[in-house]
Amino acid sequence: MYGGGYIPGQENEKPDQFQDDPVKLKEFEARIERGEKIEPHDWMPQGYRKQLIRMIEQHAHSEIIGALPEGTWITRAPGFRRKMALIAKVQDEVGHGQLLYNAAETLGKSREEMMADLLSGKSKYSNVFNYPAKTWADVAVIGFLIDAAAIVNQVANSKGSYGPYCRALERICYEESFHLKQGHDAFVALATGTKKQRAMLQDAVNRWYRPIIHFFGPPDVASVHTEKLMRWKVKMMSNDAMRNQYLSSYVPKVRELGIEFPDPKLRKNADGTWSFSDPDWGEFKRVINGDGPCNKERLAVRKWVETEHQWIREALFNPNAKYTLPLS
Amino acid sequence: MEKSLDPRIARLDIQRSDEHSTPIGKHEYWETYEVFVQSRRGKQHIHAGTVHAPDAEMALVFAKEQFGRRQHCVNMWVVATTDIFAFQYADSDMFDTVPEKLHREPGGYKVRDKIEAYRKKISQEKADKS
Repeated sequence: MYGGGYIPGQENEKPDQFQDDPVKLKEFEARIERGEKIEPHDWMPQGYRKQLIRMIEQHAHSEIIGALPEGTWITRAPGFRRKMALIAKVQDEVGHGQLLYNAAETLGKSREEMMADLLSGKSKYSNVFNYPAKTWADVAVIGFLIDAAAIVNQVANSKGSYGPYCRALERICYEESFHLKQGHDAFVALATGTKKQRAMLQDAVNRWYRPIIHFFGPPDVASVHTEKLMRWKVKMMSNDAMRNQYLSSYVPKVRELGIEFPDPKLRKNADGTWSFSDPDWGEFKRVINGDGPCNKERLAVRKWVETEHQWIREALFNPNAKYTLPLS
Repeated sequence: MEKSLDPRIARLDIQRSDEHSTPIGKHEYWETYEVFVQSRRGKQHIHAGTVHAPDAEMALVFAKEQFGRRQHCVNMWVVATTDIFAFQYADSDMFDTVPEKLHREPGGYKVRDKIEAYRKKISQEKADKS
């Protein structure tokens, strides 16, 4: 799973502060235009490298932090099969984090630096993992509706221009398909269950609706910078396009079960776009920047893991290790 | 911080690790190994990705978790990234030789046309004689 679009306020900071060699830039853009992938040791514009590191790193953090709200429910998942599925899913998510850290590393930022930036709050991750999973229905909503949103984002990104990121995403998308299925299954089980189960599910949908609308990021502002990222195939779809695609696919799947979204204004327009009430983008910004209901706990747990396990890293530390960028 | 919904986390002394934490040092996550996976006996080992590990044996353990937990797999190789020698993509023009290589492909040899032409000629000659 992953937090979608991109996080605002970063893209527009000092665009083009680096001067790239115009001849090489032209070759680079021609290569992308031809549909060729860029590999780690190729020449690339500074802005391309910077943006990709940020994107892939945020994606990686979202995977490992995203494992926490669901991991909470492993011991309390109803039944043996759901426990097994949840363990497998959480293990996959952590594995996805590893794949993505490696992809980001090929661009020149070490895993140690990325982890340090996560713990210090410098690096961001998806908004949705800063909300609590209060009941089992939250796990069903995460597994179905959040993973579905992540898949829309990841499928789009897997067609991007950077080879290592595409390869990681292909593997991730293959594994995510089971996550979505098991989430849908758990969602349907509650929706078609007792009155109490339905009420629990409706309550969870009510609480997750807004974070889900936030997930793909705020509406796009047309800018030279965004246009460039689209041309470089770093950003494959606009935030709104992804959100519309997602809502078109999944709103009907929820409504057919008689579960409602807590927004009377949520509807599809004749042109295929969606309308909804003002989702308070201020809340989105606060949550991304560390002030959501669970940000502190998530990072504290991550920090606990790093601190308590430091002795293992020390015991296995190899003083002769040489640092090299991963090959692909 | 509010009390966690997760009983396991609520039991942890997470405040303590905040006080004791030291920044993560360089190389603490070890160097990288490239992983090659063989899906079935008789098939080639194919590069699947990278793992961080303190040595080759641990790299195999991590590779099994990372690349062997979902798809069918019978064997794996790991090799330290530093031990791989590779060409630079920037030099890939050295692989450009002649523009077409039909002479080294089966499709480059159209014998049937010649045989047909020859047989046609022979039968024409026979017909002319008789």
